Amino acid sequence: MTRTMAAANSEFCISLRNRWVAIAVVLMALFSFVLSAAGSAPTGQLGADKLSITVASLTSLAVYLVPLVALLMAFDAVAGEIERGTLSLMLTYPVSRAEILVGKFVAHLGILALALAVGYSIAAAVAIWYDPQASDGIPALIRLFWSSLLLGATFLALGYAISAVARRPGAAAGLAIALWLVAIVLYDLALLSALVADTNGAFTKQVFPWLIVANPADAFRLYNLSASEATMAVTGIGGAANTIPSSQALASMVIWPVVAFCLAIAAFRRVVP
Amino acid sequence: MQTLTLSQVTKAFGGTIALADASLNVAPGERVALLGHNGAGKSTMMKIILGLIPADDGDVEIVGAKPGSHAARAVTAYLPENVAFHPSLTGLEQIRFYLRLRGEDPRLAKSLLDRLGLGSAASRRIGTYSKGMRQRVGIAQALIGKPRLLVLDEPTSGLDPVSRREVYEILDQLAEEGAGILLSSHALTEVEARTDRIAILSKGVMVANDSLSNLRRRAALPIQLQVTARPDAVDEVAQRLAGTRMNGARVDLTCRDDEKLNRLGQIAELGQMIEDLEVVPPSLEDLYTHFSRRPVQ
Repeated sequence: MTRTMAAANSEFCISLRNRWVAIAVVLMALFSFVLSAAGSAPTGQLGADKLSITVASLTSLAVYLVPLVALLMAFDAVAGEIERGTLSLMLTYPVSRAEILVGKFVAHLGILALALAVGYSIAAAVAIWYDPQASDGIPALIRLFWSSLLLGATFLALGYAISAVARRPGAAAGLAIALWLVAIVLYDLALLSALVADTNGAFTKQVFPWLIVANPADAFRLYNLSASEATMAVTGIGGAANTIPSSQALASMVIWPVVAFCLAIAAFRRVVP
Repeated sequence: MQTLTLSQVTKAFGGTIALADASLNVAPGERVALLGHNGAGKSTMMKIILGLIPADDGDVEIVGAKPGSHAARAVTAYLPENVAFHPSLTGLEQIRFYLRLRGEDPRLAKSLLDRLGLGSAASRRIGTYSKGMRQRVGIAQALIGKPRLLVLDEPTSGLDPVSRREVYEILDQLAEEGAGILLSSHALTEVEARTDRIAILSKGVMVANDSLSNLRRRAALPIQLQVTARPDAVDEVAQRLAGTRMNGARVDLTCRDDEKLNRLGQIAELGQMIEDLEVVPPSLEDLYTHFSRRPVQ
C-alpha cells in the first residue's frame, strides 16, 4: 500500500509539473462552461430542466475528451520508464509491477476526477444560476461524473497496455492516438454507415446492439443518454440504439476497466527491462 | 554465507551466447570489480543477479534467496548504467520516492543527498542537473536501507576525480559495514586501488577471477625497471645492464617477476653511476588486455 501510494504520489508530482493537471482541469472547465452557457436556449421546447440538457451536451463532449485526456496521460507510463532506464531500477526494488501500475493509475484517475469535478461543477453552477429548477438534473450529472471516471479508467488502462507493448514513447503516442481515432471516431462512423446500408435488416437488429455495447465509449454515451429521456435528439446513435437496456451498457462500462487493466498488467509483465 | 553466489550461469539471446558457465562469489564486505569489453556480458550478468532476466542454466543466490524474489530485492541495491531520472522531479522528490519504495522514512532524503554533495541542488529539478549530478542521485538511491549487496554498473561514470574518490570512500564504508559490492568500470586505475578482487569477462566467459597480486603472478607479465643514470655514465649503464636507452639519462629494462631481485642486484652493483630507480609492475590495463585476449581455456 505504501509502495503503491509512493508511485501514485510521484506520478501526481510529475503530472503537476508537466502541467497535465492544469491542462486537464482548464480543458474540462472551459468546455463545460461553454456548453452549459450555450445549452440554456432550447429548454422550453424539450420540457426538461437546463442541467439535464447540459448533461446531454457534456456526455457528447466527454465521449471525445475523457478518452483523449486519459490516453495522453497514460501513453508514457511504461515506455517513458524504459527510455529513461528507471524501469529496470524500479523493478529491483521490493515492489511488484502491479503495485507500480496501480500507483500510476490512482494518480492519473485522481487528476481526471479533479478535472471532471471542476468542469461538471461549473456546468451545474451555470445551469442552476439560470434556472433554479435545474437542480432536478443533479442526479444525472452525478451519474455522468462516475461513468466518465469509468470511461477514463478504461482508456487509462488501455494506454498503459499500449505503452508496455510499444516500449518507446514515440510509438506509444502514435498508437494511443490511433486507438482514440478508431475507438471513438471511426467505430461510430463505420456503425452508422452499416446502419444506413442495412436499414432494419438482420445486422441492425441482431449485431448492432452488441457492437454498441462492446465499445466502452458507446456504452458510456448510451447509458447516460438513455437514462435521460430529454436527450435522444442529440445523437443518431442514441436513437438507433434505444432498444438496448441501459443495464447492459452499465455492465460494459464496469467490465471494461477491469479487462483493460488486466490487459495492461499482462502487457507490463511481458516487458523485459 | 556468501552475499552473492553465481555458479555456472549460462545465458543466450537467440543464438548468441551472452554468458557461458560463469561463476562468481562475493563475500560480505568484499569489493569485486567486474571488467570486460562492451558486450562482454557484464550487464547481462548484473541483470541476472537482479532477477530482471532469468538465466538459462546455473544457480544464483543472493544472501540465500533466489534472484528477483522479494527477499533478494529487499537486500539488493542497484545502479544502472547511464541512469536518467524523470526530469520533472526534484532530487529530493526522487529520493523520497525510492525511500518509500523500500519502506524507509522519506525524511532521510535530504541527508542522503547531502552525503553526495547534492544538498544545495536538492530542490531543483533533475532536468537541470549535470550528468555527474544525475549519477550522484543514482548513487544516493543505491545507499537506501543498508543493502547487503550493491550491484553498480559504472558507478563513477561522468564524475570528476574528486567525486570519484568520494564515491569510493562511501563504498569502502559500506563494505566495512559488511555489504558485498560488485561493480563494473572502465576506469581501471581506480578499480585497481579500490577493490579486493577482479573478475574479467570476455565474450561471456569468466577468464579471470582473483586478487590483483595473484592475477599479476599468474599472468607473469614482464616488469619494467626504469633506471636513471648519471648523465656521463648513461652509455656504460645501458651497456652493462643490456638495457634500452630512453630519453637523455634513462635506461629501461624489462624482466620476469622471478628475475626481478637479480636485476635489482645488478643495478645496485653499479653504485654511483645510478641516480634513481623505478620499478613499474604490469598495470591493470596490461593484465586486462592479457586475460581478455587469451583464448578461452
